Amino acid sequence: MADIAHDVPIAAEAPPPRSTGALGWLKANLFSSLTNTILTLLCIALLVVAIPPVVRWALIDAIWHAPNGQACHGDGACWAFIGEKFRFILFGFFPVAETWRPVVVVGIFLLMIVAACDRRMWGRRLGILWLIGLCAVFALMRGGFAGMGKVETAMWSGLPLTLILAIVGMLFGFPLGVLLALGRRSRLPAVRTICIGYIELIRGVPLITLLFMASLMLPLFLPAGVTIDKLVRAQVAFILFAGAYLAEVVRGGLQAIPRGQIEAADALGLSYFQRTRLIVLPQALAMVIPPLVNTFIGIFKDTALVIIISLFDLLTTAETALTDGAWQGFYVEAYVFIGVIYWSFCFFMSRYSQLLEREFNRGRRR
Amino acid sequence: MSDAKADSGTMIELQAVHKWYGDFHVLKDINLQVGKGEKVVVCGPSGSGKSTMIRCINRLEEHQQGRIVVAGIELNADLKNIDAVRREVGMVFQQFNLFPHLTVLQNLTLAPIWVRKLPKKEAEETARYYLERVRIPDQADKYPGQLSGGQQQRVAIARSLCMKPEIMLFDEPTSALDPEMIKEVLDVMVSLAEEGMTMVCVTHEMGFARTVADMMVFMDRGEVIERAPPKDFFANPKSDRTRAFLSQIIAH
Amino acid sequence: MASEDAALSIAPARPPLWRDAKFRGIAYQIAFVCAVAGLIAFAVHNTLGNIGRQNIATGFGFLRREAAFGIGESLIEYSPADTYARAFLVGLTNTLHVAALGTVFATILGTLMGLARLSRNWLVAKLARVYVETFRNIPLPLQLFFWWGLLNKMSPGPRQAWQILPDVFVSNRGIVYPVPFANPVYEWVGAAFCIGAVAAIGFRRWAKQRQARTGQQLPAGWVTLGLIAGLPLAVFLGFGAPLALDTPALKGFNFSGGSSMSPEFAALLIGLVIYTGTFIAEIVRAGILAVNWGQSEAAMALGLRSGQRMRLVVLPQALRVIVPPLTSQYLSLTKNSSLAVIIGFPDLVSIANTTMNQTGQAIEGIAMIMAVYLFLSLAISLAMNAYNRAVALVER
Repeated sequence: MADIAHDVPIAAEAPPPRSTGALGWLKANLFSSLTNTILTLLCIALLVVAIPPVVRWALIDAIWHAPNGQACHGDGACWAFIGEKFRFILFGFFPVAETWRPVVVVGIFLLMIVAACDRRMWGRRLGILWLIGLCAVFALMRGGFAGMGKVETAMWSGLPLTLILAIVGMLFGFPLGVLLALGRRSRLPAVRTICIGYIELIRGVPLITLLFMASLMLPLFLPAGVTIDKLVRAQVAFILFAGAYLAEVVRGGLQAIPRGQIEAADALGLSYFQRTRLIVLPQALAMVIPPLVNTFIGIFKDTALVIIISLFDLLTTAETALTDGAWQGFYVEAYVFIGVIYWSFCFFMSRYSQLLEREFNRGRRR
Repeated sequence: MSDAKADSGTMIELQAVHKWYGDFHVLKDINLQVGKGEKVVVCGPSGSGKSTMIRCINRLEEHQQGRIVVAGIELNADLKNIDAVRREVGMVFQQFNLFPHLTVLQNLTLAPIWVRKLPKKEAEETARYYLERVRIPDQADKYPGQLSGGQQQRVAIARSLCMKPEIMLFDEPTSALDPEMIKEVLDVMVSLAEEGMTMVCVTHEMGFARTVADMMVFMDRGEVIERAPPKDFFANPKSDRTRAFLSQIIAH
Repeated sequence: MASEDAALSIAPARPPLWRDAKFRGIAYQIAFVCAVAGLIAFAVHNTLGNIGRQNIATGFGFLRREAAFGIGESLIEYSPADTYARAFLVGLTNTLHVAALGTVFATILGTLMGLARLSRNWLVAKLARVYVETFRNIPLPLQLFFWWGLLNKMSPGPRQAWQILPDVFVSNRGIVYPVPFANPVYEWVGAAFCIGAVAAIGFRRWAKQRQARTGQQLPAGWVTLGLIAGLPLAVFLGFGAPLALDTPALKGFNFSGGSSMSPEFAALLIGLVIYTGTFIAEIVRAGILAVNWGQSEAAMALGLRSGQRMRLVVLPQALRVIVPPLTSQYLSLTKNSSLAVIIGFPDLVSIANTTMNQTGQAIEGIAMIMAVYLFLSLAISLAMNAYNRAVALVER
């Protein structure tokens, strides 16, 4: 083989046509082998069988306006039902005249969540914003001043209730979770045992039992004459529940902190509380933000369980709307409506969490 | 090291090989011939396509244009051919890629048992022989996680040798090792070369190249720029790009 | 020596009590325990007072009383004349029944969908993704209501029942499907199956030893299949293939014959399987992706074929990553079966709820439910920890 030397670089050429472009993509991804071709055809068959009837039901044959339930029964969906009922499904028993209040409340919540997603806000500013937001939410829902009528918590229902239960549960459950996680890693055996016991107890039982416990047993735990609001009972259950699950998430972050960090903090003379507050926690929490977001999504979904203790969250109001004598039998329409609301919220939160995870992985040494 | 060019049979032949990743032209018109017992060292800056080229030889990457013939077998989409080629070609990776859930001995006997269908005892004898050859006979029952980097790479070399391949490919075998462990791996590779194994080696270790190589191949931006025996390659590089590259490497 | 004595007599000075780390540790613990104990004592005190005031009974004596309520479906014999204890047992068996079936089907569905997401076929991967993203982001209670609404309220009466498969009908009375008539032949078939299974195990062992000795491989997979499936089939055919199916047939207002599944059970099972399947799919996918691509490459470079690569290199490593979160999903599914109460399936929580309403003894009822679920959690955790210890990768 002769020695060779190339001084003039070879120009890059375009790849052969069958291997790129639309045809190449089809070949590689859908028809690359016999099994693949069969699978592709099966999938196409499935889509052809499934999609047209759904489109026909949801759009083509759908009835968009109807005076009552009787007139709305047909081959297609009855979206008139949603048109009639959506205010009730979304806001429940809140006085109709004051509907602007829960609307603003939902807006405030959405703003708070979007603000939390913006990384530039992370820090003390976010904490203050959330505090103000929460106070505004409760003030608006309760009313009783500035011309707004007082609305008892029993009337709070629908989407605002779902958001309150989930967000307040996370907000108060978070410090509880951090304390439990720190306690679980404590060297003091009594503290460690109690924390482990609490976490395993709460995580080992279904949320339904906690809701029952809060609903039925909490009144028994309090001195005679002290009553506790039904909403508060459920909220306590969610806080205790969130605390235990968040404790495990935070524990993961704490475990990932290299020993060297703690040793460096000790060498600098920091006390336990100082090193936890200034060194360990900031790093641990930053690491576990994606799982934290996932836990929040889970708790948001779990709020639908309060139907068993007769709290009127989004799912319960939908179920109640279905009991209207004049509009009978529109189950699928109602479930699709609230399904889309739940799904949108959870889906976009989970996309955000995946985005965060990718960014964190990029920053870390691989 | 050896002066005589390989005589009987060409072991590896690449003719006008092109490869694209999507629209990116990663291998441009590669022509290469490696004879039996010949040792070829491929060098070049990162992104030059040298790893991609060597991985085309055992079909870990597919080429879109051109011909590749290994040990007389044409490499194409035919699974039978691919299996046959992989039986005859051993590969050592930069990241070792030992199987962590198996002991060292099991790592070595896995392929001989399941691909060459050897009885267990025979496979184990071969395995212990090669462990001896790479000078870590006492680690047979340890797990890869318990070994140092240099030991793991030597086990990886032994694992490929247990299949008694005709050709050995090395893809930057020492780049992931701590400096004090590089020598032990290079020693094994040198002794392998001295026994007449056909080798294609992608590496930055120029000292090793000078000792062992019959042919140096310099690649840059997907093409083979220069090909020459080490004596001429290091003393009289003909291309500007080769000169530039060598000055960067040999500088320290 | 003198210097040693001198060294021994120089001990570090004891710090004042309030700065002594050990003392402080004990003090904190005592304070913490006292605080928690105080809280509990406060709650207990109030509870006793309230119980007395509201005349609520205490103790577990109520379990011996007659339950006086009917239960819609049960795996064991039950009548309203039975005790509350027996009612609880019915609830427990129902929960375990749904949880066991749900676990099996969710694993199958989840594994298939997880593998589908990894498929090179774009359409298959995308459809699997749609499945996962859709059902993962909708709350389970809503999904249960949907399936129950479909099966219970929207399905027609038996006379207009939907026929989804030959002889399988869906109506608002439930799903009916054919089952074979009891026949002594099935005992022989069952025996053949057991013999086949034992023979298959024996064959595999012998084949493995033979491979170790001679290196030759036998198609153990096919032989196993032949023995486990073929032998019973041969026996079945040998007896003249008596395939008499008890098919459901419409008689009057309802189906008779065949076997049936209540809408509640079906809705619960379908909802749980589809929902948990999404999480299992993601776990399986993550497990397989977690195995370094270099492992597959090394296996390829050694000449191992695709099936061998999967079996010998990828799957053993993937399973280590998959099993811990998988068992956590099983636990989750078991806990989620408690949602049965919202669609009226009589599981443990549902029956306990009825009991608590009737007897007013909320504390005992909730304590019993929690005890059962805690026991299940502990059992699953212990099993998982044992598995993890057994297969942990050995490292420095």
